Amino acid sequence: MTDRVVEQDSPQVVVPGRVAPPRGRRVWVARLRDFSLIPVIGLLLLVGFIVSPNFLTAGNLTDVLQQCTELSLLVLGEAMILIAGRMDLSLESTVGVAPVLAAWLVIPAHGGRFAGLGVLPTWSTVPLCLLIGALIGLINGLVATKIRINAFIWTLGMLIALRGLQLGISGGASIFEVPASLRYLGHTAWFGQPASLWVCGLIFLVGIVTLGWFRHGRSLYAIGGNAEAARTAGIRTDRVLLIVFMLASTLAALGGILYVGHYGSISATQGQGWIFQVFAAAVIGGVSLNGGRGSLFGALTGVVALQLIINVLTFAHVPPAWDQMVDGVIILMALVVSRFTSGEAQD
Amino acid sequence: MSADDITPVASATGVTKRFGATVALDDVGLTVLPAESHALVGRNGAGKSTLVSVLTGLIRPDAGTVRFAGEPAPPVTDRAAWRSRVACVYQKSTIIPTLSVAENLYLNRQDTVGDTRGRISWKAVHENAARLLGNWSIDVDPKVEAGRLTVEQRQTLEIARALSFGARFVILDEPTAQLDGAGIARLFERLRALQAGGVAFLFISHHLQEIYEICQTVTVYRDAKHVLTAPVAGLRREALIEAMTGDATGLRELGEHAGAVPAGAAELLRVEHLTGTSEFADVSLTVRAGEIVGVAGAVGAGAVALGETVVGLRKPLSGTVCVAGRPVRPGSVPAALSAGVGFLPEDRHRQGLVPLRSIAENLTLTVTDRLGRFGFVSQPARYRTATALMERLDVKASGPDQPVSALSGGNQQKVMMGRALASEPRVLVLIRPTAGVDVKSKESLLGTVEAAAAEGRAALIVSDELDDLRVADRVIVMFKGRVVAQLPRGWSDREMVAAIEGLHSEGTDSGE
Repeated sequence: MTDRVVEQDSPQVVVPGRVAPPRGRRVWVARLRDFSLIPVIGLLLLVGFIVSPNFLTAGNLTDVLQQCTELSLLVLGEAMILIAGRMDLSLESTVGVAPVLAAWLVIPAHGGRFAGLGVLPTWSTVPLCLLIGALIGLINGLVATKIRINAFIWTLGMLIALRGLQLGISGGASIFEVPASLRYLGHTAWFGQPASLWVCGLIFLVGIVTLGWFRHGRSLYAIGGNAEAARTAGIRTDRVLLIVFMLASTLAALGGILYVGHYGSISATQGQGWIFQVFAAAVIGGVSLNGGRGSLFGALTGVVALQLIINVLTFAHVPPAWDQMVDGVIILMALVVSRFTSGEAQD
Repeated sequence: MSADDITPVASATGVTKRFGATVALDDVGLTVLPAESHALVGRNGAGKSTLVSVLTGLIRPDAGTVRFAGEPAPPVTDRAAWRSRVACVYQKSTIIPTLSVAENLYLNRQDTVGDTRGRISWKAVHENAARLLGNWSIDVDPKVEAGRLTVEQRQTLEIARALSFGARFVILDEPTAQLDGAGIARLFERLRALQAGGVAFLFISHHLQEIYEICQTVTVYRDAKHVLTAPVAGLRREALIEAMTGDATGLRELGEHAGAVPAGAAELLRVEHLTGTSEFADVSLTVRAGEIVGVAGAVGAGAVALGETVVGLRKPLSGTVCVAGRPVRPGSVPAALSAGVGFLPEDRHRQGLVPLRSIAENLTLTVTDRLGRFGFVSQPARYRTATALMERLDVKASGPDQPVSALSGGNQQKVMMGRALASEPRVLVLIRPTAGVDVKSKESLLGTVEAAAAEGRAALIVSDELDDLRVADRVIVMFKGRVVAQLPRGWSDREMVAAIEGLHSEGTDSGE
């Protein structure tokens, strides 16, 4: 511990009067961090182009982007939570449990393979699903801000419990007879492009603008950077955190809806294991795990880069069995690179 | 209190605050007049911090009233109203290191700058910040991350931000704790200029000298009670200390331990031509058994880096460190420890204490190898060692089991001193050993150093605090990485400050 201190704190000779000239280059480097994956994405496109002529086609790229959508909503939520200095692992379970619970409440008890309760009208499936997401976020947020339990352990517990809830209700099977409204967003097309692309694009646009140009969005950075200072600056830190947790879980539920539409059923394993990719995308996209740093645009480039890697590997005929290995190695390499481009020690 | 015809900018009357069973403030009052610099002093636990929280609206008192310019204080929830009445520069930095300087200045009101409604105009924020920084002659790009600022720049930034809300009353909680002499001088210059402009200050400090320098009135709290309010001019130092401590004795005259070091005393520490990576160059010095040598220097003079190099926290470029005649492997803390060096680091929070662990564990952290065999740590042995050290250093705590984070600053520093002594070292290296502790603890800590020297240890005190240096037999003064002077015991404050600030002309040799 003591050894490390030395590197971080090399003393600087203080010149009386005026101190330290403006560091223009530093500003530039800090800005650059948000765009550091752009060249990586460019490189991936180039590699893909070399590997297969079918790669760089509108059809394939749309496919890649659509595959990004579900994950990207989780990354957006997680990035906001991470910027505010917290974390939520349970998002991946919300992806599955929110649609299952909503379907359970609206599907009639008799007549199908999956027996629901049928207590609520069918039209309410989508709002219900989002509401369940918000509720899970509310629980996580209240625990994080009021009861103050370590978010890592708490949300890990939630991850397991919610996954268990989904398995309990669905009996461990996929649900095929889902209401049409739940499927709509994930498989319809608007203006010739998948609706999910428009939805995610719009949400990211709103998120980027809010976190970049609005006081309430900026308060996430203040809370993650120094919560005590944020409080003395008049930011209602607990309220902001609560809202962020609720937004993130709602987005996870929406991600679940898109997934259901994309694949036509509620998969029993929907969302399982996503959280690793969510964190990987956020971190290689420049979001700091220590809070206070990062941008939603960066996080988005993280998701796109991850999906492109998988896509390029498919075209390169790498057996899918090796996907995880390559994925992991690339994430590790990206982390090492981002450690040095950001110049920030991650202890 | 004398507010006959002038309306005070801030006044608190009959304020009482309890936290559970502890009474943090017991029916206390305070009145600050316009353009006055008012000092609030008291030992740790006197209730100063609680009063600051009450005066800044962070906590609501159980009883009593707070008024600003004659008007009752706004409700605790109305932060904006509080900030336009009272500004506070807290002891803990409220600068957010990951955000830009400009954003820190306009934190949570970024959208009020410029003529865009709701949306933040970054152009306007940066322009306004640049102007504000210019007025305060803080020479930084408003777009850089605030974490890159120096301590002094950050603090000036905090004052600038606090005043930009329009308050005419500013609370400064220990503003000089992390500044060097020149930084303090510049801070005081700024405060005087603001005061001339009609701004009133509440100045909280452990350094009585500073109070005499900058304040007109002083209020003393002791054990949550109001003890004294008096004009600074005409109040003797002893009387002030007596009011703080409740003892008639006052600060014991330091530096009176047994005369000269015997000529034949063994040389325990020898530093030869030691050169750091960039901080200091070609420093040689020796410390004999029973001797206390001071190393003085402002921030950036290289004194702290020298101390950290001697104990192995930093690796030197060249030069040697010998303990009791044997060279110590450079850049290795374990090597320095086993050679017989005991060490008190500069920042007890960052480099020293393990906050949630017990006093006993913190005291014995460096000597676990002596408390048992084969890596096994014997609890009874740890307790014996810890209890003995606590007694020797007069650590005030409920017992060796208490978590160290529950102690006051002074007692935490005693724990750090105890750890330095735990290994029964031949050489003690102490870096700013009394930083941020109250008068009583300071006296006790320096007494411990004198006692350690009397036992035949060699002590090296690296500090820019005159009281610390007073116990030294001689003081080596560094300036910009070089040894510029050596002052034997008996130096005057002016002489020492001049040397630290680099005004000393006749540089004597660097050691013998």
